Amino acid sequence: MSFFNVKALAVATATSAAALFSTAAQAVEIEYWQYFFDARVQAMETLIENFQNANPDITVKMTHFPYADYRTKVAAAIPAGEGPDVVQLFYGWLNDYVAADLIQPLPADVFPASKIDEEFFPMVQAMKDGDAYWALPTAVRSLALFYNERLLEEAGVEPPTTMDEMIAAAKAMTKRDGAGNLTQVGMTAGMTAQDHHWWREGLIRQFGGEPYVDDYQTVNYNSDAGLEALNFYSSLFSGDDAVTAIGFMDEPQAAFKAGRAGMHIDGSFRIGSLNNTRGLKWGVTELPATADGTRSNYSSYWVNAVTTKAEGEKYDAAVKFMEYVTSDEAMQVWLDVVGELPAKPSVGLTEANSNDPVFGPFIKGLAYANTTKFANESGQRQLMVEMVERMTLQGMSAEESLAIAAEAEQKILDEYYNSASN
Amino acid sequence: MYRNLTIRQKQIVWAWAFLAIPILFYSVIRFYPTGNAILISFQDWNLLGDRTWTGFDNYQKLFADPVFWKVFKNTFVYLLIGTPLSLIISFVIAYHLDQVRFMHGFLRMLYFLPFMTSAVAMAWVWRWFYQPVPVGLFNNALASIGIPQFPFLQSTTWALPSVLAPAVWAGLGFQVIIFMAGLRAIPRSYYEAARIDGVSWWTVLWEITLPLLKPTIVFIVVFSSIGFLRIFDHVFNMTTNNPGGPLNSTKPLVLMIYETAFSAFDMGYAAAQTVVLFLVLLVVSLVQLRILRDT
Repeated sequence: MSFFNVKALAVATATSAAALFSTAAQAVEIEYWQYFFDARVQAMETLIENFQNANPDITVKMTHFPYADYRTKVAAAIPAGEGPDVVQLFYGWLNDYVAADLIQPLPADVFPASKIDEEFFPMVQAMKDGDAYWALPTAVRSLALFYNERLLEEAGVEPPTTMDEMIAAAKAMTKRDGAGNLTQVGMTAGMTAQDHHWWREGLIRQFGGEPYVDDYQTVNYNSDAGLEALNFYSSLFSGDDAVTAIGFMDEPQAAFKAGRAGMHIDGSFRIGSLNNTRGLKWGVTELPATADGTRSNYSSYWVNAVTTKAEGEKYDAAVKFMEYVTSDEAMQVWLDVVGELPAKPSVGLTEANSNDPVFGPFIKGLAYANTTKFANESGQRQLMVEMVERMTLQGMSAEESLAIAAEAEQKILDEYYNSASN
Repeated sequence: MYRNLTIRQKQIVWAWAFLAIPILFYSVIRFYPTGNAILISFQDWNLLGDRTWTGFDNYQKLFADPVFWKVFKNTFVYLLIGTPLSLIISFVIAYHLDQVRFMHGFLRMLYFLPFMTSAVAMAWVWRWFYQPVPVGLFNNALASIGIPQFPFLQSTTWALPSVLAPAVWAGLGFQVIIFMAGLRAIPRSYYEAARIDGVSWWTVLWEITLPLLKPTIVFIVVFSSIGFLRIFDHVFNMTTNNPGGPLNSTKPLVLMIYETAFSAFDMGYAAAQTVVLFLVLLVVSLVQLRILRDT
């Protein structure tokens, strides 16, 4: 063997050894971000553990932030290239991320649109663009009517199924002191909580209207149905026979937790914190139907998406991870730990899940739920808050207040869609 | 080269060497972001995408926005009620506290305590005080003696004063301490001379105490004006569910900036508001310094 050959062999051995070591030691690490909510973090830890056991060459590092900072941190980090490979985003933020080229579409061979259309609840289609999905949820959430079992029993009423029954039950549970001040409300009210969703996607549709048209780009609730919905809603807290008051005990969920409210409309994400409330015996039922049985609900969800930062083997690992977190198994874990509903009917609508006394009403609600496409959720919610305040604090008529809200919301939508199309 | 310098020149070099550190720090931490904010105010940016130039669009939108004018007015109401009120109350307290010997230290501590308390904690406690029956302390007290409830935070008229009250209270401790230091700095001999001349209590106050307190008053007025123009934490924490509400009646400029930037993600518009706030602070401070210093 000539000197040259020996050297070549040595080099070859060294490189192949290095290559060997690198595949063994160099497990791909991908980064995952979500906001901090105890149960969500716990569920994701379980999912990551399962995923890593199945894919020993991939490690997933989870980072979480307080909810208050989450949106800003994500928005600052991803454009700077410092962010995660897989990120959890609220469905309403997705447009901005797509427009800014910060997330990449899911590969059509692993996530064929036709299969997703078929398997997931239809509201997920808001994430679709042509033949590709930009992002997918693990879980979805909807609204339902929580009730305080003790107060219902004390008043001798049953959990309501229609709006009339709800009003009657609320009246039976409302208590006042000698001066007429409310000391216990039949049900909670406040557009600052979930009521703006109930009003938009629930009540307006139940009264025969459609809150928005043109794919949520045009406000359409300044109509008879909208007015009826607003009158119904404001009748809860106006007049001498009001069954509630805005701002009673500061926040609706606080009043319900304290056992001072008979009923409370809230999302499935509230289940966890109610379970931890000592001395509260509660139940939950579907949102009330109209007399003719019309029902409508609101659903929302958080999605996971692959950012443009993920390239090469990290991209492959990220896609694998996405595949796992949108699997049936992951959805059941998420339901059991977080209490959020599976995004696929095949998992959600199992006999056990839809008959579950707690999850059942929410899961049934998904079947008739709509998802609002917000341009600026807090801004649009604020308009609903102000619509009610103009009536309660300034004595404005419902017609006038509704018209002002519709006009202001249209302005937000116009600004958003005009600047997005630029 | 350094060797050839004179001692005087060497001193200058060293002075600059030390001064360079704060200047550098300020350039990076203050001046660069300030310049950047002014730049962004002429752009459209949602924090994610590209920045695009829009000229004066943000400012035009601002001056045509009724909410901005409402908020602008609120900011000045905070200033025009908050500053004189806290000035008078803190002077009265300091003036009398200065003459008290019994439990002087303890009383002073009591007045200073709110200043050391976290504004967030304090705002939440007051928020609960203000609630209607059955949780609110004040309304429960009113209800128990048969007086109708008072809609502290749920009225477009009374919400602002209700938010302002704890903010004034929180700042008192600091102002009282500064006033007391100012009072102690006035030479006793002036008061002795006045007493020998048999001058009235009012004349002593008006001709000796207040004129000699002028530097203290200037400081407190400027300091608390800037504080009230920038008020945020009390308002935000007392109205978190409906920030600046009801119907924007308590919303100060800083809160509007925060919402525009971090819930609407309209950075250009928020930057334009910030530039306006900056100019307002600048003008108010300069005017106050001039008025209070020259006369």
